[in-house]
Amino acid sequence: MKKDWPLWEVFIRSKNGLHHKHVGSLHATDAQMAIENARDVYTRRSEGVSLWVVESKYITASSPNQTESLFEPADDKIYRHPTFYSLPDEVKNI
Amino acid sequence: MNAEQLEKTFQDKVDAEIRIEPRDWMPEAYRKTLIRQISQHAHSEIVGMLPEGNWITRAPSLRRKVALLAKVQDEAGHGLYLYSAAETLGVERETLIDEYLYGNAKYSSIFNYPTLNWADIGAIGWLVDGAAIMNQVPLCRCSYGPYARAMVRICKEESFHQRQGYEIMLTLCRGSEAQKAMAQDALNRWWWPSLMMFGPHDSDSPHSEQSMKWKIKRLSNDELRQRFVDVTVEQAHFLGIAIPDPDLRWNEERGHYDFGPINWAEFWDVVKGNGPCNRDRIRARRKAHEEGQWVRDAAMAYAEKRKARQTAAEAVASPTPVATYS
Ligand SMILES: [Fe+2]
Ligand SMILES: [Fe+2]
Repeated sequence: MKKDWPLWEVFIRSKNGLHHKHVGSLHATDAQMAIENARDVYTRRSEGVSLWVVESKYITASSPNQTESLFEPADDKIYRHPTFYSLPDEVKNI
Repeated sequence: MNAEQLEKTFQDKVDAEIRIEPRDWMPEAYRKTLIRQISQHAHSEIVGMLPEGNWITRAPSLRRKVALLAKVQDEAGHGLYLYSAAETLGVERETLIDEYLYGNAKYSSIFNYPTLNWADIGAIGWLVDGAAIMNQVPLCRCSYGPYARAMVRICKEESFHQRQGYEIMLTLCRGSEAQKAMAQDALNRWWWPSLMMFGPHDSDSPHSEQSMKWKIKRLSNDELRQRFVDVTVEQAHFLGIAIPDPDLRWNEERGHYDFGPINWAEFWDVVKGNGPCNRDRIRARRKAHEEGQWVRDAAMAYAEKRKARQTAAEAVASPTPVATYS
């Protein structure tokens, strides 16, 4: 019986101190094979020191249709930024 | 929003250089064009391993062998990055591979030419990877995010491919008369097919205009081909071998090299499947795919068995808690 290997998303930490970053996907039968394949496909030139793989079906993404409702409310909250507050020039180190 | 508004929002984004991402709305024709282009590109990377793989066991030194192995492995990687980018458009990898092995999907016609001797490995790296780089660099700014990102990775790796090829040519050209003759012969055979890699003339390339509007394509076939000729001619001069084109000359007015007519009849013949190696290539790819089926099935079955065992073991290790505070 033919059954296709599931799809996995691959994340790489390029060096300690940095976040893992999404780099692409690949097919593998299980998590261990996904790690091994990710090493061969995405880190042939020392691109990373750590790998995460997660089966693509477990990722929930926000929909582009929600962009307005999710992200626009932040746009008019300028008081969340330091530049909103005007202080005299004489005040230092703040 | 109605279809017209969606289309306008989409084009506005493209015009403003905002990348289109997988879940964004896109015209069906844009999606289809991308699936076709990305998958053809992926197939080309994969089939491109065959002509070079032919010489791995016969590389003249260990240094050349490790370089060629690494290059061929990169090409496999390029194919995988690209299949992965195509899959973000909602198509299954198996479908793409089926279309390629048993359907009508195309791949770059250059890989239907044979690698007759070691000099061909030099010529491929120099010319074929060189032409590929020329094509691919503008694709790093393609409007579709996942394709553009895959191209960035690919371009980073391609420059090693071209340099190792040129180095092989250089070594041959600085060698004996016979070695230099090998280099010249390889250039003679690979030059025209390399120019064909940029595709038909703009005037015969009906889809180009739409692709430019969508910013999938940034430069036209003829522009890219001209750039390739201009840089490559000088590299050939340095090697001291001649480009096999009696019409090739510098055009002061245009600031470019003029070059002779391309044999488009040959190009279309190869595209239609009648090149020197089309049948061999597809036969080799089918054989690899079909003979690997049991391995893929076995690996899947093994993973499922292991998972079932693990689930059972976990159930034993942490049995359903019983009420202890009664
Ligand atoms: Fe490549
Ligand atoms: Fe390459």
